[in-house]
Amino acid sequence: MATPFPNPVRSIFDTTLRDDSVFVNIGPSHPATHGTVQIIAELDGERVLRTDVHCGYLHRGFEKECEDHTWHNLIPYVDRLNYVSALINDFAYCDGVEKLMGIEITPRCRYLRTLLSEYSRLVDHLTCLAAGLMELGAMTAFLYLVMIRDFMYEHLAALTGARVTYSYGRIGGLARDLPDGWLVRLEEILVQYEDFVGRVHALVDRNRIFIDRLRDVGVISTADALSFGCTGPLLRSTGVPRDLRKDTPYLAYAELDFDIPVGIKGDNYDRYFVRMREMDESVYMMRQLAQMLPAGPINVDDRRCTFPEKALVYSEIESLINHFKLVMDGPGVPPGEVYCAHEAPNGELGFYLVSTGSGTPYKVHVRSPSFVHMGAASRMLDGGQLADIVPTFGSINMIGGECDR
Amino acid sequence: MAASALETLQQHLVPTAGPATLSHGCLVFTLSPAELVPTVRRLRDEFAFDIFLDVTAVDWPADALRFEVVHHFYSTLHKVRVRLKMRVAEADAVVDSLVGLYGSAAFMERECHEMYGIVFRGNGDLRPILLYEGFVGHPLRKDYPKQREQPLVPYRN
Repeated sequence: MATPFPNPVRSIFDTTLRDDSVFVNIGPSHPATHGTVQIIAELDGERVLRTDVHCGYLHRGFEKECEDHTWHNLIPYVDRLNYVSALINDFAYCDGVEKLMGIEITPRCRYLRTLLSEYSRLVDHLTCLAAGLMELGAMTAFLYLVMIRDFMYEHLAALTGARVTYSYGRIGGLARDLPDGWLVRLEEILVQYEDFVGRVHALVDRNRIFIDRLRDVGVISTADALSFGCTGPLLRSTGVPRDLRKDTPYLAYAELDFDIPVGIKGDNYDRYFVRMREMDESVYMMRQLAQMLPAGPINVDDRRCTFPEKALVYSEIESLINHFKLVMDGPGVPPGEVYCAHEAPNGELGFYLVSTGSGTPYKVHVRSPSFVHMGAASRMLDGGQLADIVPTFGSINMIGGECDR
Repeated sequence: MAASALETLQQHLVPTAGPATLSHGCLVFTLSPAELVPTVRRLRDEFAFDIFLDVTAVDWPADALRFEVVHHFYSTLHKVRVRLKMRVAEADAVVDSLVGLYGSAAFMERECHEMYGIVFRGNGDLRPILLYEGFVGHPLRKDYPKQREQPLVPYRN
């Protein structure tokens, strides 16, 4: 017989609330939830009395690891926080480091980062909605949305060289400029996106089964959402138009025309609809940005962070030394601390960076929306049906990579 | 809008929290641990800081007051952020919990507790959250070696 291993979690519940209620353990590896999370629920028949949510199964010491690498080397790591919209992590992190260094990025880089942030948001929402709909049995809607998402992944791979984890941001710029014809293909994909999202609207929006499953399920009030630190679509679904892109504009958002869709009462249906509408706004923004995109360099001309051209590294000694110092010592980030927040698809993604002036960060802390939302998950699950845990959890869109770090 | 809110805050919160500095658009107050809860209550009730964003710590092993506990707050009304910093010693790493003021405190303080060993007085649930039951030490302290492994299930050779 195998040795029994100690339980990694300790439930907060000792005794059942009632004689006839039972504890049920759901997860951490459950086929119906996306994301490695464990929920210990007390059930009265099919009704959930209370829940204890455990995350951390994907913890890999991200913040500890960051303290041992140069500022540049972290870019592939931050990609793996929210691996569905990796570019937004890249840009939020680079923005934080650039603030510490006092760097102003070039106009083309600013617009490109905005465009790619919106593209990432689109991909993230498509994934969340596709998975959420599939969990309710809507396989056609899943295939429609994931097909479009895969066009986008391939399109982003043409730009960055990778489908999911791009490592495309650079401190002070971007890895490379757009390839020829990239914006033409973008427009083709957006036209197809509109066609297929229209079909999903037609299949799902007024579908009786869908409404019965989602309306008034997983409700959270505005006051609770604020108290529990919810941001992003979760907060907006309660009817509050709070969006960092409007409230504290960064990148090129101040120059764009867009709306903030809000829900009515903060239930699962509202979260579905807010995401659907946000995707349309993202497309609208991307079309504006494709028109506004200025010519020019994508990297700042700053020897503290930008790598010299490869041809120069091989032909002149100053560039060789510059390259060597950037690789071995890392970029020179002046001492200081910064909290830099971007509106990620799930909410406020904040990087708290502390530098002591060396090429390696002294501390990197990520304020990840998924982790904070897990603290509010019990509020939405308690009192509901056991079968509603899956769609409610799907609509929170917990991403293990950024939740557990 | 944001600038004027920060100025008001800078003038009015000083009696409780001491002088503030502005760092990259974020107002920073350095206070003593005892001042935390009264200051946060004023922030929430008088200055509309309705979201408790984040709590973490920074470890400075050479200092007598080794840990710097850092709280971030955001006001959805004024659209500004405030950072509160306080120093605690390793022997007495205790900070008052904010669970009575914000729901989000419960989860975030658990993370800070397991990573740095800071005790949040008043938070009744400081079980491990990202780590597991029985994990020894606090991994984000600078004296915790990065290579140290504590597998819950022993490795097979």
